[in-house]
Amino acid sequence: MTCEIIIGLEVHVQLRTNTKLFCGCAARFGAPPNSQTCPVCLGLPGALPVLNEQALAWGIRVGLALDCTVAPLMKFDRKHYFYPDLPKNFQISQYDRPLASNGHVDLEGEGATKRIRIRRVHLEEDAGKLLHETGQPVSFVDMNRTGVPLLEIVSEPDLRTSEDAYQYLVELKALLQYLDVSTCNMEEGSLRCDTNISLRPAGQETLGVKVEVKNLNSFRAVKQALEFEAGRQGALLSRGERILQETRLWNAHSLQTDSMRSKEEAADYRYFPEPDLVPFTIEAAAVEQIRRKLPELPAQRRLRYQQTYQLSAYDAQVLVQQRALAELFEGAVRLGAKPKPVANWIMGGFMAYLNAKRLEPESLQVQPEWVVHLIELVDGGTLSGTMAKEVFLAMLERRVDPAELVREGGLRQISDAQTLERIAHEVLEQHPKSAEDYAKGKANALMFLVGQAMKRSSGKANPQQMTEILKRKVGEKRA
Amino acid sequence: MPARAPSALTIHELHPLLISGQLSPAELLEDLLARIAGHNGAYGAYIDVAADQLREQLRRQLASGRRGRLFGIPITVKDNLCVAGEQTTCASKILAGFRAPYDATVIERLRQEGAVIVPRANMDEFAFGSSTENSAYGATRNPWDRQRVPGGSSGGSAAAVAADLAIGALGSDTGGSIRQPASFCNVVGLKPTYGRVSRYGLIAFASSLDQIGPLTKDVRDAAHLLSVIAGHDPMDSTSAPVEVPDYVAQLEAPVNGLRVGLPRLPEEGIEPDVRRCVEAAVQVLQRLGAAVERIELPFIDHSIETYYIVATAEASSNLARYAGVHYGLREPAEDRSSLIEMYLRTRTAGFGAEAKRRILLGTYVLSHGYYDAYYLKAMQVRTLIKRSFEQAFSRCDIVVMPTSPTAAFRLGERLTDPLQMYLSDIYTISANLAGVPAISIPCGFSSSQLPVGLQLLAAPFREELLLRLAYAYEQATEWHRRRPALEQA
Repeated sequence: MTCEIIIGLEVHVQLRTNTKLFCGCAARFGAPPNSQTCPVCLGLPGALPVLNEQALAWGIRVGLALDCTVAPLMKFDRKHYFYPDLPKNFQISQYDRPLASNGHVDLEGEGATKRIRIRRVHLEEDAGKLLHETGQPVSFVDMNRTGVPLLEIVSEPDLRTSEDAYQYLVELKALLQYLDVSTCNMEEGSLRCDTNISLRPAGQETLGVKVEVKNLNSFRAVKQALEFEAGRQGALLSRGERILQETRLWNAHSLQTDSMRSKEEAADYRYFPEPDLVPFTIEAAAVEQIRRKLPELPAQRRLRYQQTYQLSAYDAQVLVQQRALAELFEGAVRLGAKPKPVANWIMGGFMAYLNAKRLEPESLQVQPEWVVHLIELVDGGTLSGTMAKEVFLAMLERRVDPAELVREGGLRQISDAQTLERIAHEVLEQHPKSAEDYAKGKANALMFLVGQAMKRSSGKANPQQMTEILKRKVGEKRA
Repeated sequence: MPARAPSALTIHELHPLLISGQLSPAELLEDLLARIAGHNGAYGAYIDVAADQLREQLRRQLASGRRGRLFGIPITVKDNLCVAGEQTTCASKILAGFRAPYDATVIERLRQEGAVIVPRANMDEFAFGSSTENSAYGATRNPWDRQRVPGGSSGGSAAAVAADLAIGALGSDTGGSIRQPASFCNVVGLKPTYGRVSRYGLIAFASSLDQIGPLTKDVRDAAHLLSVIAGHDPMDSTSAPVEVPDYVAQLEAPVNGLRVGLPRLPEEGIEPDVRRCVEAAVQVLQRLGAAVERIELPFIDHSIETYYIVATAEASSNLARYAGVHYGLREPAEDRSSLIEMYLRTRTAGFGAEAKRRILLGTYVLSHGYYDAYYLKAMQVRTLIKRSFEQAFSRCDIVVMPTSPTAAFRLGERLTDPLQMYLSDIYTISANLAGVPAISIPCGFSSSQLPVGLQLLAAPFREELLLRLAYAYEQATEWHRRRPALEQA
């Protein structure tokens, strides 16, 4: 039986406001536990919430960027469940009137774009963080995160493959980065994702029984978990078994999902309107003002890169996907570098380095002028291709301008004829056999000799010049 | 020195004496403390009083040099108002030992005006009740008859003011909790418009109904205290950015020509004495020049059921936080790893019977499948009640009715019959549902010499009208001057 896979995603993104959603506490990540708290976010008796207007404005900004309709009436609700990281034992959220709804994200595919509809975007407060020390029968609660503004973005079940889901997340993350409303750091938890997945026989209209998968700590985990779930559910269906409606947790070690709770155990959240926050209307003019201030969004930027810089669709896609890469690219181009070499450096060495070190591009703080300098050094003949790669690496490692590296470290290419002559002489002395082979017409032998000369000069010899010198010297010997 | 003891005086009588130095704040405090020491045992108006803490507080107030509108005057506050560093327990075991790390906004405002805060007036647990019998720390007795309740839930505040164990007090009113005890104890009790006074630091019972207000010996004192505590607070989103008039200055404005509406009311259980006193009071208002007319207040006969759905729903939510995790009582589970058992044991041990009843009711009406039939329907009826008042106030300035259908009842009389207890609030609840201001003032005594209260209601933010008419009535009558003869414990 062939089945269609139906996937929907719920993304929680922490807004990077200075203060929390309902109080004046700092919302900074990484502060000492419980140092950013007050009666309001601690849920102390008598304390009352006051809405952070910046969070609201940013929520609307995201809604607009997703082409949603912004609700004319802003209303909050209480969602009840008992847990030690939730001090009031209810979360202030939005239930029946999310701040924005009915939007979409377009995924660029080969040839066609795929439209993923957004069901809703709503604001809510984050919970605290429970910390457990292994072997100790106690739990600790860090309330710094309690009350940090969260935006929940819920897609319609329009995704059909794990690759769709991955691409959707990449696109959504890029959008949020351009909107400048979140750090979007999955490791720090400022971007989180849950997914719903169900299978239905091809051609069937009604949706199958859906399973929610949580505990997904990276985009890769989302992809892996969806692939696992699709396989698990497919196997069950092909054996004629039923799918249980349940919530499952992804286990990143065993690479499988495990049942957490069934539908029967699901909580009754007893939503009701938050009486401490009076509903209020959002003026259309205020929404328009936020719309006017929307920055250039990824889709527009991709198009511009192709049109203005003649980049391929692929290059534009890769650069725009991560805002820090695009900013670096544009910065360098603005300083006069040619777009294509800049794109090549960023998409080549730079991204390889990031991937190898598992780093986010913004963490390296590479300045656009460094890339410009590097390209100038290569174009001007100061650095060979090999040396340029080395300098590039050193630049990333030490976060220093390549021009500076060349100046301080003798990394300049050796083009001085006398030195090159001496090196060539030494190489020929040491490898008389290869010299002979080349003289007999073996082209490979010359390659070997040049390689040795480069090695001897620690890569600094100008390879073109060295090749010429070696050719001449072998010729001279024969004569 | 005046002929009467300092603690028997009103705020407006004390203020000039304290400012001029005829009476020192310390003399006043010591007199009050001595009176509390002598009588609190018999009446239980306060859960406890830390005399040394109060002396220290006065010392700091004097050192600050503030000479505000409440200079050196002790103000008693209900045990559900957060006072920095002091125990604030809502008369519940579940908050035993909880010390608020901050002052409620009203407390801050009182301090700014030079007041000395006297915390811990007794109350029904979490303000759930109409008799102050539901306190985990023992019932408060009515100063007019120790065998009777002082009303509730601000019974401690009302009894303290009536017995001169307080100069003036703050209470909170969710369904009549200021006005009904005021009427049972022969004092003035004002529930301001919803949003008039900041709720920041008031431990919530039902957030959309709760309002803090004064309980005082006369109307002028109520105006005085309201002037201090009213006004917008950025810490409370539901507090209204509406300007605060000078309530004291407007007290003596003329009342003739004011249109007074007399609604047809549910007649269930109204005592003949209450009817007699209220009818006599209406005649006094007419003599003062008020134009009295009969009005209709449709839907207010649905007030009680509407109220007990809305109020319990919000209460069940507001009380969810008391679960033994972050503060207050914790009853550890036998199985240390069972979180749910810890929650259950803590809440079972920490909450009294009425709190449990209301949490259950509220949880039920918000449950999946019942929400529309109960909570949503109740909110719709609430809107209708609100409209009834809007229509009434388009025809008249003030609505008059009894505060309570009965005078103070006996201790234990209604404790086993919650529905009978809930009916005590039949006339007061609608003001909370509609969000309008209402005041209870003394208007006579029953044949068994128990006080009866008259309730006046006005349109939102028209407290000055209420106070003006109440003041005119008070000037024309002597009821508020009567004081109970206290018994020794």
